[in-house]
Amino acid sequence: MRARTRLDPDLLQDAPAGHVTTDETGLVASANTEFLRLVGRTEDDVVGRLELADLLTVAGRVYLETHLAPLLQREEVVREIELDLLRPDGARAPVLLNARRLGDEGSRSLQIVLLGAGDRHRYEEDLRQAGRLAEAARAESAALAETLSRTLIPPAPPSVPHLEIAAAYRPAGDGREVGGDFYDVFQVSETGWVVVLGDVSGKGVHAATVTSLVRHSVRTLAIDHPDPADLLYGVDRVLTREQTDHYCTLIVVRMDYRERGWDLRICLAGHPPALLRAADGTVTEVGTPGSPAGLMPEPSFTCVRHRLGDELLTVYTDGVTEARGVAGMYGEERLYALMGELSHDPHAQVDGIVTSALDYQDGNPADDIAIIAFAAVG
Amino acid sequence: MTLAEALDVRTTGPVDGSVVVLVHGFGCGQSMWRQVAPVLGATHRVISFDLPGSGGADDASYDPTRHARLEGYRDDVLALLDELDLSDVTLVGHSVAAMIGVLASIEAPQTVARLVLVAPSARYVDDGDYVGGFAAADIDELVELMQRNHLGWQEPLAELVSGDGGPAAREELYESFCRTRPEVAAQFADVTFRGDNRADLPRVTVPTLVLQSAHDLVAPLTAGRFVHEQIPDSRFAVIDTAGHCPHLTAPGETSAAILDFLGRVPTAA
Repeated sequence: MRARTRLDPDLLQDAPAGHVTTDETGLVASANTEFLRLVGRTEDDVVGRLELADLLTVAGRVYLETHLAPLLQREEVVREIELDLLRPDGARAPVLLNARRLGDEGSRSLQIVLLGAGDRHRYEEDLRQAGRLAEAARAESAALAETLSRTLIPPAPPSVPHLEIAAAYRPAGDGREVGGDFYDVFQVSETGWVVVLGDVSGKGVHAATVTSLVRHSVRTLAIDHPDPADLLYGVDRVLTREQTDHYCTLIVVRMDYRERGWDLRICLAGHPPALLRAADGTVTEVGTPGSPAGLMPEPSFTCVRHRLGDELLTVYTDGVTEARGVAGMYGEERLYALMGELSHDPHAQVDGIVTSALDYQDGNPADDIAIIAFAAVG
Repeated sequence: MTLAEALDVRTTGPVDGSVVVLVHGFGCGQSMWRQVAPVLGATHRVISFDLPGSGGADDASYDPTRHARLEGYRDDVLALLDELDLSDVTLVGHSVAAMIGVLASIEAPQTVARLVLVAPSARYVDDGDYVGGFAAADIDELVELMQRNHLGWQEPLAELVSGDGGPAAREELYESFCRTRPEVAAQFADVTFRGDNRADLPRVTVPTLVLQSAHDLVAPLTAGRFVHEQIPDSRFAVIDTAGHCPHLTAPGETSAAILDFLGRVPTAA
């Protein structure tokens, strides 16, 4: 084993790192070659004449005064501080600084080592800039998703005479991405209304354009297709011609107010049936299964008629029943049982179902959830 | 969690002493007062705490929206005094906390009944004839510098929880003493150095002591003199020391000046 030797002071003088000490008054007491090179000054300019603060930018001086000096007064060492040295020509030399207090607690006598960090600084600045751009892009995309969602999902259903309507929409995850669920409630004649609820396959901006297309097609076709089955054949043709990979499940309910009551025509396109809740809490399914729109070469849609009595009618997307929790899939059985327990009121039903489906997934839904419930009044 | 817990309130001195509340400024937390607090504590009830976002304050106490303005800090200070059921206190505020104290006293002069402003500046950026000492570009650079340095913010927590109180305890001290969460420190620098409280000064009605350091490049003598001239019932004292933190570089003189002031103005106890 070789005998250990003390560091040769000449090595420090020519070390590939800046080395400087300050005395009790804070003035530079010694400075090596690399330090003088970094600050662009001669030994005579610096030693015994300047303090460390004099060699820093204004920002660096404030940082030294408010953070580093108090820290060094109490602690012995600070490490990896990024600062800019100010050269006489006004240029800045980014450095990494370590410092150690030499005297007792409170002393201003320091030993300081500095490494030039120009390239590293530029690299980190690029990284920070890239981070800022990414954050701005993310914020813009989130804002776009929100705007798009608002155009596809009415904030509240319109008020329809003789009908009490409640609706809810909860996007998947943190809600930053545009989902495929949508609903719409609109008037087509003096006494005729359409409720439509749908789920476009896929997510993201392209799915949202398909959602927009479907929603507008439904509105247009509804004007001269009072039979929801005809309307769905039309939507299917529109989607097929669009040559998109996205398809859509839909439930369309055409409602006509006649003789002081609502006649309903309900039609499914690959969508879960509507649910009728009787006043005693019994839940029954309404609807004949049909093809998803835009998927099959020869689709088929069949309407079911129903005169709405004192029941509640609920339509929903599979974000409710296909929610996954520790006990497996949420499922129809759980939903029907819950609806039986909730009070016989559209708002209570919608709120209760959304809360239950969210709780089941710890508040972080894997898929969009859309629900509309309504009942005849007056 | 009470506000007192969230802001790590520490109390020394006689229970029946007249109350002195120490508020730290931009930089390290309440431990900046560690040499002054015991001196004042011999005769006064001394209360110190960490402002939200600083020192050992609970992370949740910092709200980027509320703390985008000094009024947010003012409200915290008044809420804390209210929670502690304190009134007629002397608020000693360093640096930006001097202006927080000014705002608090204007809002509640019965609660903040005396002010000691240590190294205050009502505006840091030069403006026409007014000399604050800074150009706007300096502040941009400072905010950017704060984002580059963390001072132990990212020290691994494992080091804190392991160990036997030796090195681990030291790490903890280091971290809570002067740690800065980069985005919080940058915003605090922004709020501190871009503020302009010149118009608030004449609205102060309570007895005030302005304590300035003789050689301070953050808050120069001109800045302190301006504060003194604008606050009607104020005295001005200069501590013969260098730097922005006379309570660190000249704790004896700073404590003596504060005690001298407290001896000359009427206090409750």
